Amino acid sequence: MLKLIAQRLALGLITLWAASVLIFFTTALLPGDFASAMLGQQATAENTAAIRAELNLDRPLVLRYTDWLSGAVRGEFGNSLASHRPVSDEIKPRLFNTFFLAIYAALVAVPLAVFLGVMAAIRQGSTFDRGVNVGALLTISVPEFFLGYLLMMFLAAHFRIFPVLSAVNASTPFFSRLYFAFLPMITLVLVIVAHMMRMTRASVLQVMASPYIEMAYLKGLPKWRVVVQHALPNALAPIVNVIALNLAYLVVGVVVVERVFVYPGMGQMLVDAVSKRNVPVVLACGLIFAVVFIGLNILADVLSIMSNPRLRHPR
Amino acid sequence: MAVTDAKVPAKKKAPGIRLFGHKVPFSAQIGFLIIAFNLFLMIFAPFLAPYGEGIVPADLQKWANPSAEHWFGTDAIGRDILSQLLYGARLSIGLSLITTCIAFVVGIITGFSAAILGRWADVALSRFADLILSMPTLIFCLVIITAVMANESAFVAATGISNAFFEGMVIVGVIGFLYAVPVFRLSRAVAMNIVALEYVEAARLRGENIWWVIRKEVLPNAIPPLVAEFGLRFCFTFLLIASLSFLGLGIQPPYQDWGSMVNQNAQVIFLGKPMPLFPAGAIALLTIGVNLVVDWLLSVYSRAHGENA
Repeated sequence: MLKLIAQRLALGLITLWAASVLIFFTTALLPGDFASAMLGQQATAENTAAIRAELNLDRPLVLRYTDWLSGAVRGEFGNSLASHRPVSDEIKPRLFNTFFLAIYAALVAVPLAVFLGVMAAIRQGSTFDRGVNVGALLTISVPEFFLGYLLMMFLAAHFRIFPVLSAVNASTPFFSRLYFAFLPMITLVLVIVAHMMRMTRASVLQVMASPYIEMAYLKGLPKWRVVVQHALPNALAPIVNVIALNLAYLVVGVVVVERVFVYPGMGQMLVDAVSKRNVPVVLACGLIFAVVFIGLNILADVLSIMSNPRLRHPR
Repeated sequence: MAVTDAKVPAKKKAPGIRLFGHKVPFSAQIGFLIIAFNLFLMIFAPFLAPYGEGIVPADLQKWANPSAEHWFGTDAIGRDILSQLLYGARLSIGLSLITTCIAFVVGIITGFSAAILGRWADVALSRFADLILSMPTLIFCLVIITAVMANESAFVAATGISNAFFEGMVIVGVIGFLYAVPVFRLSRAVAMNIVALEYVEAARLRGENIWWVIRKEVLPNAIPPLVAEFGLRFCFTFLLIASLSFLGLGIQPPYQDWGSMVNQNAQVIFLGKPMPLFPAGAIALLTIGVNLVVDWLLSVYSRAHGENA
């Protein structure tokens, strides 16, 4: 098993490196002139040259890549073209906000999904089961911003239970942070809970068909104990895998949700930077998102290797 | 079980409607109805819309609430939202269809070639696909758009096309490329399965040339999973274009698709006005409809061929 995990981790490192190459060279190989694209009407010979100098455009491509990557590993991404401050300083508070939101959503979504999935499996074919399945299909299909605005419309604008905008900053205390981030969190939960719930239900049902479960029934155990004690542990591998994959999806869903609730996170920063053609910030945000996404994917694989009893105890 | 007699005519009265010899369940019927409704609105938008495209009605009202004259209300400059929605359908659905078709043509050609040619072509294409698929699509899409859009003024000046056309082309091109990758994966896997079957081997031993084998032997048997994939891919494309426009990075004013309508009307949701919910709801409705049909197609296919086909 250790060998398998080591292989997977090595492959993951190669993927991370390849992703950095892909992100950097996508912006570097195309002949676009970021200096004049950014400055637009205000482009003069001087400030165009200043931006080119900031981007080190006169250096060879490969050197620029190695500089960028070695900086990125140390957490330095050069200066923002808009504010001329270090990108890392601007990213730090936003990175914290985004992780706060993502972890908040994950802590609610994972237990909820497992609970709903197990309940649906126990009551397979019942109204509850069908209702949960229809709900899952609906939330999988609709875009994040529809759910977000719907919640905002009812819970914030009409009933005024929650604030309309999630204006948090560094000094916001923890509990009001939870309150301000509640609507974006619920939106994200609705988006990711359906997949996890479906997978939990499917894998529990698959295990429920095996003979040892029938044995457990025959010795007179109540249904919930059969499911929770006998079926769930063996159904865990695919569930853990799907949870990690959906957490990776969370990282991407956060971009749209932050925009809906004007939540000051990395997603907003990336979108602003793309529309202003602020390359260093786009590269930094793109790389961080990609690293988290790929990292969670690797984690999903490692966890599913570890939770597979056949791989855990080799003959 | 799958019904095999394909010649049962589709009649309303019989218990269940049939398509390709399979019973269409109620959920899929709703799905087809939603899709047909959207296509109808899209095609006949000029006849159905109460006001012209981008026209500000004479009774200028900004942010008017829904009423008899303006069913869905009006937007920031007084345009009728229902009319904008109907015209926006053409951009939203039309662009998504074009993009999905591009993704399919590219993905299927490369996928089938990889499966049949094998060796280094297969290895190179598959590794590249793995890399692209390991990236989060929306994020990578944003990075590419930053790079391509920096060429906008130079390209527009050189070719004389309009900025809006360039932006549309970029969206279609970038998303078409990104979503060609999963189609490549699927069609390669499907073709691999089929190529290993006896009748294909027989055709090759007969000395048929490779394109004949693809057209007559591989493609017909690959159609069911590819149709389901088309529906699914359309949903993803449709949602991705809508998200880009929503983020302000897709379709630019004065043109409006449903995503940019959500973006431009979003400010009044704070006042409790429902304007952004109409385009967002339209997006949600169509994706739900397509998903209902896709669910049915997938279940038909897995029933007839076994889960892992």
